[in-house]
Amino acid sequence: MKKIFSRISAAVFAVILTVVAPLTAFTKESNYTYNYDYWGEVQESPDLYSVCRVFTSTDLNLDVKLNNPSGLFAYGNLIYICDTGNNRIIELERSSLEKLEVTRIIDSFQGADINTFKSPTDFAISEDGNYFICDNGNGRILKLDSNLNYMMEFVKPVDNTLDEKLEFQPTKMVIDSAERVYCIATGINKGLVKYESDGTFSGFVGATPVTYDWTDYIWKKLATQEQLEKMESFVPTEYSNIYMDYEGFIYGVISGADEEALDNGTADAVRKLNLMGNNILVKNGDWYPVGDLYWGNGGGHEGPSVFVDVTVMENDVYVCLDNNRGRLFAYDDQGHMVFTFGGNGNMDGYFRRPAAIEHIGHDLFVLDSLDCSLTMFIPTEFGRTVYNAIEQFDAGDYEASGKSWESVMSQNGNYDLAYIGIGRSLLRQRRFEEAMKYFEVKYDDENYSKAYKQYRKQYVEDHIGIIIAILAVVIIVPLVIGRIKHIKMEIALAEREKIDLSK
Amino acid sequence: MFASLRKKETWVRYLKSLKFALYCMTHPMDGYWDLTHEKRGTMAAANTILILTLLTRVIKLKYTGFVVLIVNWEELNIITYILSVLFPLLLFVIGNWALTTLFDGKGRLGQVYMATCYGLVPYPLIQIPIMFVSNFLTVEESAIYGMLDVISLIYAAILIIVAMGQIHEYSGGKNILFTVATLFAILVMVFILMIFFGMISQGVAYFISLGRELLFRL
Repeated sequence: MKKIFSRISAAVFAVILTVVAPLTAFTKESNYTYNYDYWGEVQESPDLYSVCRVFTSTDLNLDVKLNNPSGLFAYGNLIYICDTGNNRIIELERSSLEKLEVTRIIDSFQGADINTFKSPTDFAISEDGNYFICDNGNGRILKLDSNLNYMMEFVKPVDNTLDEKLEFQPTKMVIDSAERVYCIATGINKGLVKYESDGTFSGFVGATPVTYDWTDYIWKKLATQEQLEKMESFVPTEYSNIYMDYEGFIYGVISGADEEALDNGTADAVRKLNLMGNNILVKNGDWYPVGDLYWGNGGGHEGPSVFVDVTVMENDVYVCLDNNRGRLFAYDDQGHMVFTFGGNGNMDGYFRRPAAIEHIGHDLFVLDSLDCSLTMFIPTEFGRTVYNAIEQFDAGDYEASGKSWESVMSQNGNYDLAYIGIGRSLLRQRRFEEAMKYFEVKYDDENYSKAYKQYRKQYVEDHIGIIIAILAVVIIVPLVIGRIKHIKMEIALAEREKIDLSK
Repeated sequence: MFASLRKKETWVRYLKSLKFALYCMTHPMDGYWDLTHEKRGTMAAANTILILTLLTRVIKLKYTGFVVLIVNWEELNIITYILSVLFPLLLFVIGNWALTTLFDGKGRLGQVYMATCYGLVPYPLIQIPIMFVSNFLTVEESAIYGMLDVISLIYAAILIIVAMGQIHEYSGGKNILFTVATLFAILVMVFILMIFFGMISQGVAYFISLGRELLFRL
């Protein structure tokens, strides 16, 4: 009786454990930083970034509070905020790691009729040190020297294909090393507007390809004129923001692309343009760089991620800012996801309407236009290890890179990049068999094939003697057997003939 | 029945009929005619081929190189995976027999089943060797695997279509017409099955709620 009782109590205890234990595990709040694995499942990750500080107008000692700031630009240790609602640009200096101080407020300049800004949306400094300002409300891009003297302006391009009534509203721009200007303007969907350094318009570059569904196409053929007018026309989607990386390639982010096209990879959320305006972004990851993979409704937000800005670090990792769910998505030069974090909310590290992102070194700055705040993120130990691994690999120090990736793996066993990173460093060290194991674990067939091809070649070279011997045996043995059988048969025939003859 | 298993002739006939599947593969017209008309095929051999096919399909999951096939083990249900072959096969056999029996098809239900199973031979025969080879392939070479994979399926499909023509003694055109008609018959059956199960579950739910209501009132 006692035995039965103890058994029952043990069973009850086991049931309680199995029911309650997972519940307690799930109550832990996390999911701030995550990554997608091969199957597209969310894998939680240790944080790669932590909030260093959030700067509001008060923290920056501003008399007039920020109003709908929308542009951000980093230059050395200076950060420029386009305070669009207050028609001014604020220059901040990062004097130490955690400190940002206002050094200058730019709200007017000398040498032009209209010497103030009207809702400026973007700011840039060229290599020669001249200031470029997207003066959205005045329909011009201003070029000023560093003492704020007017030099020239870029206005609406003279082009027959543009609607004459269209008001020119440049929103974002980048400046290349020869001071050529590339800008995005509202209502112009032919690509980026490109100006030569003397202000002449030289064409559109990097138009996004038009995507449409074949069912739409059939409907268009069948529809009447009136119906056609009500339908959306097949037009390329406009860029929402651009960034020029340290090599002079332009990264453009596109929001509002067709959901289905994003899903099957015919539309891009991020593009990397070369001088010809062609997209050269590498998409070797398991998933396309489109941000979140699950677009269902959650907390009132649905649909694909809406990228509003991008910044590219010196190690080719680019970070996209999603203002739909308030997240940051980082991808490496091969298109593998490095991290995702963020969310919508009022806490530090969450955003309400993020508008722009910039970086100084590895530190990230995110501007929230509704919250009117600037959030500064610095990499954690884990984040630094990941960046070390990537940079050591790029520098050709494969052994050190492998070590760093191993350290990453020990901190996060669900991080696919770590396994592939170790594999790649082993591959460079010509340790093919070990590399193959790491690639196989994370289903990286391309890299696996590279390693396997070498391994197979080496194997055949090492065992060439045995292989030839086996081949020889396989070919010669049946020949010999056939020959022997043949001879035996002839002997038998000859003997029979002999017997026949003797009869 | 078990007494016959001890006899040597049973086994000889079984092995001979199994070997005959290979002849059918290379000489489908002649082979499938003899299969039923000369009684050179056996049910035992047909079942063996079907089991081999199913086994190949299961073994393939584990032993194919990951360069050509990656299996999500967490999402795999082995029973539905096997049924995904068996259920269409069953529908095809029944659908084909039900249609052809109305239009002077000479084959009986058992013969349709036997011929269909004999038609599956290329599947294990091609799949097992390429399964081994797939472990020694790189991404660029995996096209070979893909091609042979498709060939094994098309080959089996052609064999089954030819087999149906031979056992029902149909001409080429009529055979193709009835192959297409069989596909429609399958669709109709699936449709009816769905309605049937939908109705049953509705009916059961009705009586369950009625019973609940009664218990509640009493």
